[in-house]
Amino acid sequence: MARTFTVGPKGDKIRSDLRVTYSTTRQPLTIKIHSTVATLYGKSLSEQVKVVSSDLGIDSGKLVIDDFGAVPFVVAARIEAAVKAARPGIKEQSLPPIKPFCSGKTKRNRFRRSRLYIPGDQPKLMLNAGIHKPDAVILDLEDSIAPAEKEASRFVVRNALRSVDFFGAERMVRINQSDLGQEDLAFVVPHNVHVILIPKVETSEQVKEIDERIATIRHECGRNDPVYLMPIIETARGVMKALEIAEASPNNIAMAIGLEDYTADIGVQRTEKGRESFLARSMIVNAARAAGIQAIDSVFSDVNDMDGLRAFVEDAKSLGFDGVGCIHPRQIRVIHETLAPSEGEIERAKKIVLAFDEARKKGLGVVSIGSKMIDAPVVKRALRTVDLAIATGKLKKSWKRRES
Amino acid sequence: MAKNPTLVRNFAGRFVPTEVNSVPQVPYQGVGKYRPKGGKASPPIHTCSDYPPDGNKVVGSLKEALEKCGLRDGMTISSHHHFRNGDLLMNQVFNVVAEMGVKNVRWFPSAAFPCHEPMIELMKNGVISWVEGSLNGPLGRFASKGSMNGLAVLRSHGGRWQAVQDGEVHIDIAVLAAPTADPFGNATGDRGPSACGLLGFGLVDSLYADHVIIVTDNLVPFPSVPWQIQGQNVDVVVVMENIGDPGKIVSGTTQLTRSPDRLIIAEQTAKFVRAAGIMKHNFSFQAGAGGTSLAFAIYLKDLMKEAGVKARFIRGGSTKYLVEMLDEGLTDYILDGQTFDLNGIGSIRDNPNHVDTSPFTSYNWHGKGNFASMVDVVVLGATEVDVNFNANVVTHSDGMLLHGIGGWQNCLFSKCTILPIPSFRNRIPILVDRVTTLCGPGELIDVVITERGIAINPKREDLIAATNNSGLPIRPIEEIKIEVDELCGGAPEKPELADEVIGIVKWVDGTVLDSVYKIKGENNER
Repeated sequence: MARTFTVGPKGDKIRSDLRVTYSTTRQPLTIKIHSTVATLYGKSLSEQVKVVSSDLGIDSGKLVIDDFGAVPFVVAARIEAAVKAARPGIKEQSLPPIKPFCSGKTKRNRFRRSRLYIPGDQPKLMLNAGIHKPDAVILDLEDSIAPAEKEASRFVVRNALRSVDFFGAERMVRINQSDLGQEDLAFVVPHNVHVILIPKVETSEQVKEIDERIATIRHECGRNDPVYLMPIIETARGVMKALEIAEASPNNIAMAIGLEDYTADIGVQRTEKGRESFLARSMIVNAARAAGIQAIDSVFSDVNDMDGLRAFVEDAKSLGFDGVGCIHPRQIRVIHETLAPSEGEIERAKKIVLAFDEARKKGLGVVSIGSKMIDAPVVKRALRTVDLAIATGKLKKSWKRRES
Repeated sequence: MAKNPTLVRNFAGRFVPTEVNSVPQVPYQGVGKYRPKGGKASPPIHTCSDYPPDGNKVVGSLKEALEKCGLRDGMTISSHHHFRNGDLLMNQVFNVVAEMGVKNVRWFPSAAFPCHEPMIELMKNGVISWVEGSLNGPLGRFASKGSMNGLAVLRSHGGRWQAVQDGEVHIDIAVLAAPTADPFGNATGDRGPSACGLLGFGLVDSLYADHVIIVTDNLVPFPSVPWQIQGQNVDVVVVMENIGDPGKIVSGTTQLTRSPDRLIIAEQTAKFVRAAGIMKHNFSFQAGAGGTSLAFAIYLKDLMKEAGVKARFIRGGSTKYLVEMLDEGLTDYILDGQTFDLNGIGSIRDNPNHVDTSPFTSYNWHGKGNFASMVDVVVLGATEVDVNFNANVVTHSDGMLLHGIGGWQNCLFSKCTILPIPSFRNRIPILVDRVTTLCGPGELIDVVITERGIAINPKREDLIAATNNSGLPIRPIEEIKIEVDELCGGAPEKPELADEVIGIVKWVDGTVLDSVYKIKGENNER
């Protein structure tokens, strides 16, 4: 009895993606391809389909491909997803070669002002995401993907990690909850994901389990550099356990709050003023700081309301958050501008940094400006402000030469 | 019609027919090289004895009008495209032609739209011999498959004026829709229920056709003021309802593009114009109503305000955004070719500094100068650009004829021509080795701005020097192309086109720039 599975977007208005249908039959493999780019990549597509089929060890069945200009890594992903849906026993993978720009590493304390969510089942959005210069991209396997699409999305995300140039943005993946999330890890850890976002965390155990699973996979695939973690707090319980969660793993580099789910959890409407989530957000900031990691605020869902976004980010900044979530590229510029230090802050920071340099030159243990002593944490913050100012273009890298 | 005409190699290295639709052709010789000889076309001399002294030229129906104008087999009927996809008139006109039993009429529109799909049936049954004008949508597909009897001839707006003026195309009867007209035939586009703004694309028809029919749904007592078409050039006037669908003639409001990629490109373009020193007091620019162009105008407006700079004139397609700039004193004039929305129409009607132009004043190459070359910067689209900056606007990479040229070729003569385009779309690279159909030579195209970087034509050392330290992502065009090819999984295969020529692209001087070939077989095209 032949089984047929179709993966890929439905309908006719598809762009940069494809639908693949695989039927199991005993007949030798037949391939039928229909593509909007047949005149430009028809041969290439045919070749690729043969190669992917061969990688997966498929020599029987019927493969029907309805392509709307998908780039190669997407083609491979959808074929693999369809074939494995029909024949789950297949262990082989068809991995696109890993591109050089996909091999970059991250740093624990890099800026995470903006993290752009990209649904893992919409490869069209991945291709140019990096051009908009978010600090990080999040390839999402969780809430933005319908349950029926989750399995297929893993292949797209895995292949994207090997093929797409994100132009230096940090490479994050938000996995699913519980067992599904554990399985997700196998698809991303071996492929240079930088940070795993763990949704709806309520206990430190949840973090530890993910951490352990990652360690096992790293060992299996020979990955040396660490995979960082960003737990997302989305419930009242998570808020109350924030510190414990923040300290659950040395691989935690940030902690985030998900306000839509949180407000639903405590049974209130999310408002613009945000009074209902003040405690939660403040807890996350304090827990993160206490644990020495970054605090990240939620997303602002109205992509047309730039003024609202600005106000939201101002508020986040004043509460102590290092960054916010982002659901559309047009939000990135506003987020960066709003989180940028003010002129006054930059001037103060510059003075402190110069005083710090002065003190070091003189071999003094204490940094002072005039008669005022400057504490070490203040110096650290000033250094970071200066870095942020440079990153935002508000200060030239060579500023010190000019000042002296 | 000769389906396999003799081809010769022109100056651009493209193979073009020496004869098209029985008219001998001159192959493209390079920018500014071909020099016309002889006199202009001369329509017959008329006498007032043949026309009603009371100035009332109204007749009862289209049929009566066509009969009065002596419609016969094999004639050429022309029209303008100011109603765009909202035109209801020309399908009706040709239905009447069919009813009258007339055959082999050539339709010579300034452009055809998807709403003119019924013309395909009329071509199949011989009422229409072929359509000579820009072919959008279904008519383009029809021609691409080699189904049209004559060769498609694609001309720019300026090129159409030149062709009629020089006698290359003889119009027997011009049928011109007019949103408002008087019984004498004075006509305007700026008012009336189907107001479209201007009638410039029909002006050459009114001057050179043997007979001119004005069709209006809004007859006013003499005089209809202002008049862009003069009644002295009109034979008869027909009053009808339903000549155009206002909802499709103009949009209620012009929509800004939401695409984040297009917005980046538009913003880079505005910044480039500033960095290159083009944006300065009393400068001029032209931007269309397409998504990226419009966004560019808006970003530029902000930069102009920031710098306290005012333009001397802006050329449209006008939209509410250009009108705002005029109203806010950011430009002295709008010199307009066509209007796209209600704000544009209101402005052209009410603001004396919103001036109507025609392809004669703006674009005609065979005249004593035109406005296009005076513009400081123009922003245009393209379907393909190659590494030598040659560009295509009429076919996609699959060879399918889908767009007209419009004013595009004419605008290339501006002092700085910029093409802000995405580098690829749905696995179709827009940067290619060699354009499928050559519409504009690279020497006239100065800058290509994509989401992945800005490429400046090496010939423009002045622009390269001016933008050197601007912080803009300036890169060699070859580099951007390599990146795009890599993304798409390698360089694309060349489309397999048949050898059969189904159309030509004319240059602004009437010489033949390139051929359009029949597409092979049934492409998997949606």
